[in-house]
Formats: sequence, C-alpha cells, structure tokens
Amino acid sequence: MSHLQINNLSKSFGGLSAVLEFDFTISQQELVGLIGPNGAGKTTVFNLITGVYKPDQGKIYLEGKDITGLPPYDICKKGIARTFQNIRLFNDLSVLDNVKIALHTDVPYSLSASVLRLPSFFRGEEKMHQQALEYLKIFGLDTIKDEIASSLPYGEQRRLEIARALATRPTLLILDEPAAGMNPNETKELMELINWIRDEFNLTILLIEHDMSLVMGVCERIYVLDYGQIIAEGIPEEIRNNKRVIEAYLGEEVG
Amino acid sequence: MLEFIQQLINGLSLGAIYALIALGYTMVYGIILLINFAHGDIMMVGAYVGFFSISLLGSNIIVAMVFAMVTCALLGVVIEKVAYRPLRNSTRIAALITAIGMSLFLEYVTLYFLTAQQRVYPASAFPLHKYEIAGLVISNKDIFIIVSAVIMMIILQYIIKRTKTGKAMRAVSLDKEAAVLMGISVDRIVSITFAIGSALAAAAGVMIGLYYNAINPLMGIIPGLKAFVAAVLGGIGLIPGAMVGGFLMGILETLVSGYWSSMYRDAVAFGVLILILLIKPTGLFGKNTGEKV
Amino acid sequence: MQDKKRTWGKFILEVIFLVALFTLVQYLITVGILNRYYQINLTLMGINIILAVSLNLINGFTGQLSLGHAGFMAIGAFASVIMTTLLDYPFIIGIIIAMLAAALAGFIIGVPTLRLKGDYLAIATLGFGEIIRVVLQNIDYTGGPAGISGIAKMTTWPVLFIAVVVTIVVIVNMINSSYGRAIISVREDEVAAEVMGINTTKYKVLAFVVGAAFAGLAGALYAHYFYIVKPETFNFLKSFDILVMVVLGGLGSTTGAVIAAIFITVLNAFLQEYAAVRMIIYALILIIVMIYRPQGLLGNKELSRKSFNRIWGGKHVSSTNK
Repeated sequence: MSHLQINNLSKSFGGLSAVLEFDFTISQQELVGLIGPNGAGKTTVFNLITGVYKPDQGKIYLEGKDITGLPPYDICKKGIARTFQNIRLFNDLSVLDNVKIALHTDVPYSLSASVLRLPSFFRGEEKMHQQALEYLKIFGLDTIKDEIASSLPYGEQRRLEIARALATRPTLLILDEPAAGMNPNETKELMELINWIRDEFNLTILLIEHDMSLVMGVCERIYVLDYGQIIAEGIPEEIRNNKRVIEAYLGEEVG
Repeated sequence: MLEFIQQLINGLSLGAIYALIALGYTMVYGIILLINFAHGDIMMVGAYVGFFSISLLGSNIIVAMVFAMVTCALLGVVIEKVAYRPLRNSTRIAALITAIGMSLFLEYVTLYFLTAQQRVYPASAFPLHKYEIAGLVISNKDIFIIVSAVIMMIILQYIIKRTKTGKAMRAVSLDKEAAVLMGISVDRIVSITFAIGSALAAAAGVMIGLYYNAINPLMGIIPGLKAFVAAVLGGIGLIPGAMVGGFLMGILETLVSGYWSSMYRDAVAFGVLILILLIKPTGLFGKNTGEKV
Repeated sequence: MQDKKRTWGKFILEVIFLVALFTLVQYLITVGILNRYYQINLTLMGINIILAVSLNLINGFTGQLSLGHAGFMAIGAFASVIMTTLLDYPFIIGIIIAMLAAALAGFIIGVPTLRLKGDYLAIATLGFGEIIRVVLQNIDYTGGPAGISGIAKMTTWPVLFIAVVVTIVVIVNMINSSYGRAIISVREDEVAAEVMGINTTKYKVLAFVVGAAFAGLAGALYAHYFYIVKPETFNFLKSFDILVMVVLGGLGSTTGAVIAAIFITVLNAFLQEYAAVRMIIYALILIIVMIYRPQGLLGNKELSRKSFNRIWGGKHVSSTNK
C-alpha cells in the first residue's frame, strides 16, 4: 500500500487553477522530490496535503485512509509533518519551546494537573524537556536551546523547523525548499542529515526543491509540476532527459 | 402600511447620516486597513464646530456645515500624521488600540473644555416646516439632510472615479507597493483620504445636530459604531457598500424603535454586525479572499 | 534533584511572602490604619488585578484582541447577586455560579467569534459586550437599568486576597505548561501551530472561557462590595479600562498586568475628582505606549528575582536551570 496517495486533486483561487487534476503516490520510506518552475503550484500541493487549504475536488489518502478536508492539526496527528518555504517558527519563543510545542499532541499530563502542579505535571514536563533536547541534539541545536528563535541565523532556523516537524513524530515528512538560502556546503550537510533521519526514524519524505542538481542527487523519484499539472514523473535519469521538463525550465529562464 | 412607509421615510434621513459616516470608515480601511475608532468622534467635533459657528458667529446652516467640514478635514489629517502614521508598519492590533486611544482623547478633551452638558442646536438656524403628502409627514430637515448627503456622495463618486487623485486612491488601496513604484505618494493619498472622510463625518455631525437637536461630547460613540456596522454590512473598503449599508442601518433602526422598543435599537446594530461577521465577514458586496500561506 | 530543591525553595519563599503580605494588610485594617477610603481602593486594586490578568490571558498570551471583558464581568456580577441577594445562597455559591455563568457566556460567544481575525474579532467582542449590557438593562428580574441594590458586603480582605492569588496561580500555572505553550503558539503563528498539531480554535476558546470565568469572579467581588450593581457600570468604557492596564503592562506579561493594574488603580484614586483628566491620561497612555513601546512596559517578559539580578547584579544570568 502506498503511504500517501492523491487522486485527481484540484484547487483554484479566484478562477485561476493553482493545482489541476493532480495524481501522486509515495511508498513507505521513499524519498520523493516535487519540482517545477516558480508558481507551478508546488507549495499549494503541500498546503492541500497538510489541510491548510481545502481542495475543490480530489481525494487524499494516508495509508489507505481518506484524510481529505481534515483540519491541519488532525492531519498532523495522523502522521504528516511539514516545514514552510518562508520559515514559520514561533519567533518570540526559545528554540526549546518551539520543539516542545510540537510535542504537545502527546502531552503526558492533564490541564488540571498543570494548574494544580500535581506530580504528574513535573514528571511530564521533565519527560518533554528531555525529548525536546534529543530532537535538538540531532540538529546540533541543543547548545542554543535558550536562544530566541528569531535571533538564530538562517540556516539554524531552517534546521530548527525540521527538528520541530520531527518532534510531532510523523511518518511522512514534507519539506518545502529546506535548502533555500543555504550555501552549497550547508546544503550538502542538510541532505546528508535528511537521509540520516529518514533511516533513523523510518520516514517517508517528500520535498520541494529548487536546486535541480540537489534534487537529482538525493531523490529516488521525482514529480515535475508546471501550471498546476504533472508534466513528468520518474527516476532522476528520466527527468533529466525529459523534453517537456527541459522546456518548462528553459521557458522559465527565458521568460 | 402607511405607518410602515412613514417609518421608511424617517429612516432615510438617519440612514443618509450613517452612510456619510460609514464612507469615512470604509475609505480609511480600504487604504490602510485601519478601523479608525476615532471617526465617530471626529463627527462629534464637526457637530460642535457647526454649533458654535451658528450660535457664536450667526452663520447659516450651509456655512456652518462647510466650516465644520474644513475644520475636521484638517483635524483628520493631523490625527493621521501624529498618531497613525508612526504605526503604519506595526501590527493592526497596535493601530486599532491607538485608534481607541484617539477616540477617548477626542471625547474627553472635548468633555474637559466644554463639559458634559447637552447643547441644543439653535432652532433659528433651521426653522422647521412639516409637509403632509398623502398622509405622510416629511420635514424640511429630512429633505435637507437627504439632499445634501446625496449631493456629497455624488461629488465623492466623481472625485474617486474621474479625478487623478481618485485614481491614485484606488491604486493605493489595491496595491501600496505598486502604487509607490508608479510614483504615487502614499502619504499624500492617505492624508487626502483622511481629509475627505473627516469632512464627510463633520457634515454628518451637523446633520445629527439638526436631527436630534442636541449634541454632547460623547455623541459620536454610538452613531460611530453604527456607521462602522453599516460599512461592514456593505463590505468594508467598498464605497457603494458603505452608502447602501448606511441607509439599511438607518431604516432598520427606525423600524426597530418603531415596532419594538427603542431600548433595543443599539443592541440590534451589534446583532446585525455579529451576524454579518459570522455569516459573510466580507459584507453584502465583498469578495472572499483567503489568507496566503 | 538540584532542580527539585530549587523549585521547593522558591515555592516556600512565595508562600512566606504571601502569608506576610496577607497578615500585614489584615493587621493594618484591624488597627484602623487602612481606613475605609484605603480599603475601597485596595478592593478595586484586587478586582483590577483579576481583570487585567484574565484579559491578558486572552489578549496577551493568545493574541486575540477582545474588547468585551466588561460583559463577562457584568454576567458574573449579576449571576452572583441573583444567587446571594435574590435567592439567599451563601457567597461562595454566588462566586461559583458567577464564574460558571461567565465561562458559559465566554464559550457561547467564543465558539463563533474566535473564527474571526484581528480587528474583526475586536469589534465582534465589543458588540457582544454591549449586547450583554443592553439585554441586562431590559430584564425586569434584575431591576432593568436601575439594577439591584441592597447587596450585602461580603468581599472582605481575606476573600479578595484568596481570589487574587487563585486567579494568578491558575493562570500562571496554566501558561507555564504545555497547554500554555499551545496557547502562546496561537499568538505566534496560527498556521504553524495548526500544522504542528495544535487545535488553535480549541485553545483560543479555552483561553477565552478561562478569561471570562475570572472576569465573572471580578464581577462577583465588585457587586458584593459596592452594595449595588447596574448594567451601565459594565459598558465598553469599562472594557477599555481593562485594556489600558493590559497594554500598559505588556501584552503577554502577567507581572506587567499586575503592576499596571495597581498603577491604574492608584491613578484613578488620585484623579477621582477629575474624570475627564483621567480619561485623557488613559487615552494618551494607549497612544503613546503603542507608538513608542507597542509591546508594553514589560513586553512579554516577566518580572522576577532573576530580572532584578540582571538589572542590579550587572552580570548576565543565564535562564537555564542547570
């Protein structure tokens, strides 16, 4: 059974089609890339999968279960986590608290226990504290756990966002341009890290990336989106030589 | 039936007043996305300026109205410069809180200098005549209010649709950055918007003075809120929406006080507001736009 | 283990401080140093602290601008007076019913309106607050616009003190927990919070209901101190009063709200004869704070011994527990 399957998904804004009859499937622990020129509708697809937008038509199945139209927090609880293209951290909060918020779906004590400061509260907080630290350690952020999120340099903000997404304990991780704004070295490290967390946490990963060489290097399979529609799908080799893909990208560069 | 038509006529002049105030709300919101809470209080200042120019200077109602409009246009521009401009780039909540502060400021500065005492609009300014046509009563006051409000709305439409300034206003409300790139001075356009909106409010203030005969420093609060409801009802940011919304609110209010209880007329305004916000927050004529993520 | 010891040490210190404060004021009242005038202002101070801290939960921590807090206060005031004065139940029942009634109203109003954003929410809550007042003015059972008078004075210093402490402890404990972090995440970025599994509507409503319940408590205390309740007392200017305290203290700072509530109460006492001047000062506070320090005096920081160390100790004290 595929991990995530999307059938005939469409979404338009004010009469303009952003995504049209989108079909997609990803298997357990696969690493798939979604590429396409600017404005092709990649982020809209992510927003539809994670419930931020409601689709006009089409169905989304997670492990065979229909999740179409569910609110984002429900979709998150069912095992999909994501990052954002334009980084959306909880800016005024510490690095640690950013991750702790993601742990809230499994909060180990009740609201009344926290108001009354029962022993279960202290135990639970300690547990959450340790868990959050572990996620930060993976990304080398544990040493700056008390910094305010917005004060971090760009690369660290990106990594914190992934750490936060991971802390919701997803089975499917969706990354929206995780390497945007990073230098080649950072990008390489990040990609190694993504590969590592996939193996470590048995994750299925779907990522949007602009950097073609990077996508080709890391993804097992690639979907190409243009004007809201899939124009190609296949292994990196096939995509590299696909005429329509080349046209779409060249077209963008010329235009 | 006759009574119902009579209520409609009564509601029409009140509605014209609300529409004038609502225009200011909607224009400002359209341009800088601010609910100018102090707008009703600018109307109050207009009512006082009108009052004093009649009672102290002995001017007639037209001159008083023009005088009030000019004064309040200046006041609106100053308020925007001093209080709202520094907050143009901060959160909308911060701007709204400032507007609430400005509203309280105008109310209580007036209260401090002129006391809470009600002042009666001089009857000499406008000798009352009542006309009876086919069993319906209409006064020259009502006719004056409706006619002058309609004239102002026509002038406003002309400015917005036909003049260069009007075009610039529409451009700024559509896309501020693009307008700047086209060489439009946003600051100037915002100032002009405040000037026009405040002038209309001042005219409405003088009309309220005529309509209720009495004015006081806190008189702007309730009509201000109702005009805001009218603007939301019509679709905030939309000029025709504010006009229609204003008339609807005025008529609804007279119907509620006529057929039910005048105690409830203020609550009804808020009830209408909440209903629109819950059912169609963009108002009768507004289009839906979702948040971009 | 080290942490645990510190937590206990801090707890014991706080308890000692509270007992000392309570005993001191009780002593001053008993020997007559705090006369009636001071006692009135002390009561207002306590009520204002409850109002500011509870509104701050909604406006400051959850980031949802509510302008209808006086409406919940009105519901609490009238619900408690119905219980004690009209139906002869003890004050504690009146207080509980006041909080439940206000919480229920908060729920009924919150569920539909909290879908609205920013300034729309502000106006809708203002509208609901006014509707509550107008409806109360039209209920004959509670005396219409004249309200209810002859209410026994039951808000004594011990009652007031316990109410203030309970309010602060409940809200602070709630905020400093995973539930509080969920609430704050709504303020920080609603979309990101939803995607991280936070049901933002649920937490907005939770904050709104808890805030409303404590506004109800403040209403009950108010009604049982001043012999009379009138719907007009709880108009939207009262809501603005509370807003001034929250804005001044800092949106998202409980200590800020407490300090601002105390400051505003004292200011009110001095300016009692000059109502217009008082309101002009309020207006200027709102405008000037927003222009020059939109985060309020304390921003979202809390005033603690640690911050005193930071200011006077001169050296940086890291906020880690280790």
